[in-house]
Amino acid sequence: MINFQYARASDVADAISRAATDPAAKFIAGGTNLIDLMKYDVERPPCLIDISRLPLRTVEETSSGGLLIGALVPNSDLAYHPQIEQRYPLLASAILAGASPQLRNMASTGGNLLQRTRCPYLYDTVTPCNKRQPGSGCSAINGVNRINAILGTSDACIATHPSDMCVALAALEAKVHAAGPAGVRVIAFADFHRLPGDTPERNTNLQPQEIVTGVELPPKGFNTNCSYLKIRDRASYAFALVSVAAALELEGDTIKDARLALGGVAHKPWRDPAAEAALRGERAERPAFARVADLLLRDAKGYAHNEFKIGLARRAIVRTLSQAARGTPQLQSVKKIR
Amino acid sequence: MVVPWTTLLDALRDHLDLTGTKKGCDHGQCGACTVLVEGRRINSCLTLAVMQDGAKVTTFEGLAGNDALHPLQQAFIDHDAFQCGYCTSGQICSAAGLIAEGKATTADEIRELMSGSICRCGAYPNIVAAIQQATRQS
Repeated sequence: MINFQYARASDVADAISRAATDPAAKFIAGGTNLIDLMKYDVERPPCLIDISRLPLRTVEETSSGGLLIGALVPNSDLAYHPQIEQRYPLLASAILAGASPQLRNMASTGGNLLQRTRCPYLYDTVTPCNKRQPGSGCSAINGVNRINAILGTSDACIATHPSDMCVALAALEAKVHAAGPAGVRVIAFADFHRLPGDTPERNTNLQPQEIVTGVELPPKGFNTNCSYLKIRDRASYAFALVSVAAALELEGDTIKDARLALGGVAHKPWRDPAAEAALRGERAERPAFARVADLLLRDAKGYAHNEFKIGLARRAIVRTLSQAARGTPQLQSVKKIR
Repeated sequence: MVVPWTTLLDALRDHLDLTGTKKGCDHGQCGACTVLVEGRRINSCLTLAVMQDGAKVTTFEGLAGNDALHPLQQAFIDHDAFQCGYCTSGQICSAAGLIAEGKATTADEIRELMSGSICRCGAYPNIVAAIQQATRQS
């Protein structure tokens, strides 16, 4: 790690003003991703602004009947929070599918949103990477790209967003609360992360010096019929090759509302409103699930080592929707997939 | 006095001579550096010492009382839950955090919630058995 200055923010306004004074400074909360990137020399901030002691650690009811999760609530506390376990089990399950208990004890809610891709070329500082050095090229497109994206890619970048938690937050249509020099604002989850396009160095639509203060969950949690299924190279503690968050609202056998989000396949949690709309009014059975999987993956494009993800995603979508319809969600401690 | 870029792991080992906490990967992937901060298990390689100013840190050296082994230490001996031993202090600190969390009752749950600690000798079956024994005693 390079040498750097360290400052502890006293409140959110202080954090924002310190960042405005030193635009190259970085906020640090859990540190699990940023310190790792600094050890690899990928991040070289001259100053760290420690926001980990700011009072953003509560989970509170909103006036609309949802929940507002403070940006500094650790991932483990969120996964085991009684309101999350009961009302948003899809979110609890997705969080427990990610990282390890030690990391979940450290990692914050806001930091989970802002974590960087695990594309190996971002970390390998001797190879070109448009994220690390804009304009240098993408080494993954013609390189080792087993873990890379199959949807929404560009000629400049085929990285994926690595979060599990964010896949569930996308399916639940969460909102991100942010504060910055221009005031506070609320960002729809679908508008928070970006596709790479020709500016893959921009990971989110957060503005410079803006800080995530919380994540808001709407009242509807789909807690009866949901499942989070993660497929990876190891049984635990590995990033997703493909993951699926499925949530259904059923009337008898008929689908009244559906949410479907994919992880490990794109630069952001992947949702397709057209595919979800195609499920409404259908019987909650395999033929409809297979049709929607084909629809969702219609523009998927594989590269040399990740073509398999398209078929894997198709089967994972069908399986996860089946689990959600049955009301038998995948348990993260159970490795058999039924 | 530690400089800002000193991790908690390096502060423990290099500044305080508490070498029971091991440096394995130094990237949060192996769990050898696991310690308890305010009773919660974390990877000490991925936090800065300065960020933990004022926090209560329990390392492997501090788990047991003066005269007796910690129940997890005894259980690891009883079940031969190690070979080379390099991951063991991290495994035991992680298991202490696991037992305090109270979320693992079955062997499947222990395996899943111990997945942040890697054992390259592959002593996993005996590690699970040792943790089951210590869990029953807790």
